Amino acid sequence: MKVLVPVKRVVDYNVKVRVKSDQTGVDIANVKMSMNPFDEIAVEEATRLKEKGVASEILAVSCGVAQCQETLRTAMAIGADRAILVETQQELQPLAVAKLLKALVDKEQPQLVILGKQAIDDDANQTGQMLAALLDWPQATFASKVEVADGKATVTREVDGGLETVALSLPAIVTTDLRLNEPRYVTLPNIMKAKKKPLETVKPEDLGVDVTPRLKTLKVAEPPARKAGVKVADVAELVGKLKNEAKVV
Amino acid sequence: MAILVVAEHDNAHLRAATLNTITAAQRLGGDVHVLVAGAGVGGAAQAASQVAGVAKVLSADGPALADGLAENVAAQVLAVAQGYSHILFPATAYGKNVAPRVAAKLDVAQISDIIGIDSADTFERPIYAGNAIATVQSADAVKVITVRTTAFDAAAATGGSAPVESLSAVGDGGKSSFVGREVAKSDRPELTAAKAVVSGGRGMGSAENFKLLEPLADKLGAAMGASRAAVDAGYAPNDWQVGQTGKIVAPQLYVAVGISGAIQHLAGMKDSKVIVAINKDAEAPIFGVADYGLVADLFTAVPELTKAL
Repeated sequence: MKVLVPVKRVVDYNVKVRVKSDQTGVDIANVKMSMNPFDEIAVEEATRLKEKGVASEILAVSCGVAQCQETLRTAMAIGADRAILVETQQELQPLAVAKLLKALVDKEQPQLVILGKQAIDDDANQTGQMLAALLDWPQATFASKVEVADGKATVTREVDGGLETVALSLPAIVTTDLRLNEPRYVTLPNIMKAKKKPLETVKPEDLGVDVTPRLKTLKVAEPPARKAGVKVADVAELVGKLKNEAKVV
Repeated sequence: MAILVVAEHDNAHLRAATLNTITAAQRLGGDVHVLVAGAGVGGAAQAASQVAGVAKVLSADGPALADGLAENVAAQVLAVAQGYSHILFPATAYGKNVAPRVAAKLDVAQISDIIGIDSADTFERPIYAGNAIATVQSADAVKVITVRTTAFDAAAATGGSAPVESLSAVGDGGKSSFVGREVAKSDRPELTAAKAVVSGGRGMGSAENFKLLEPLADKLGAAMGASRAAVDAGYAPNDWQVGQTGKIVAPQLYVAVGISGAIQHLAGMKDSKVIVAINKDAEAPIFGVADYGLVADLFTAVPELTKAL
């Protein structure tokens, strides 16, 4: 069974981004970029499926600028066998990415696509569900446990109020939540091996996909700042402030 | 122009998030219709018809909709989508699961997690864990939107008397099935709708120690929350997680205990009205957003606070 894992290059989760003074976006020049953490969990899950003998091949895909190759190399250092970069300078929105992925799924015929539930830059939480819709495949989002057997994926999902389990007929889409697994550290030998794994580059035009953005960003602004609070000396002072100043208890 | 709100409900009742989503819909200007899709939805449909400002309730009642499977619910939404300028979902696990399927099928962008409405086609939404707010304009014919419920007040649950129209429910798509649910039973208020939240972090040290927060939450009538670190460590269940990728809360009072204040956590609670932080590390970033910070050992401060309230 082939598993396809899309990965996105994003600003590292430890970086606190700054809004540009002209309000056209956030400043990502000279900022550390990494694989979206949820996508790392997706690559790890696919790798575990391969180690269990459930998956036979893992294909990593990234859509974006040439530097996404680094992200794909990381995916291959974790365990992906080969990679495809859909290279474009164009801003890519989730619907466009879902269409690019659909074109690749049509070509590659994986039985399972595992994606991160959301990217930590645009926080959209859309691509997996959109891809599922475009393919008319079933989906299990926010997965905390995935079992694949007998042409089915049984997935436990993190939902409001607890956990829910669904069974999907393959082919299917799974999106990962934080508790699905803890991604391994990539080792130097695996990084070296990943450099020799095949990485193919295609363009959106090759896939016949129009990636023109549908949403226009008019402005990106700083959120309203919280005014600095005070430190209280002890519990008595805290209770006094809550009762008399904030009046919330 | 009519606007469709896809209700989140448990068949008998509407979930609170639906009321906030209805308020957002009303801001767009136009008749607000509410789709209640489920099995045995009489109670929820009735509740929706009583919400102030709702013009019509569409009730789709069928076995395929019983467990909220995204494939079937999305098909039901698409079956009624024609004629609506906007389709709104609450930005909850339920809404986030279904909305993008609807948007992709309509070949339109989705606008996720809106916190403001500038006009019928222009919306504000947080990006980068709320460290920036983007204003985006959609040129698509239909706007598919998820609404951050903390950014909009709840619509009044009574005062309306909208007609309820029954629709034929979609059949089962046949590709997915519901297996089961483990829902934690709790007498506490729902985390995202609570007036007060008491949250614990890694500083709690163990699941056992987390219980120390319960009497405090009882005193405050608060929901319980947790940081990602506490959930990852197994101190608290996953559905307690507050943060960028967990639940977004904005209660009147948020008490953060033993939480350092990673940006991902702050993203989920910094719109709370009053924030109290208790942490023994005076340098913890949580103090940067707290109205009242107490540098103290939580194991003595929490029982003391509980007693003093």
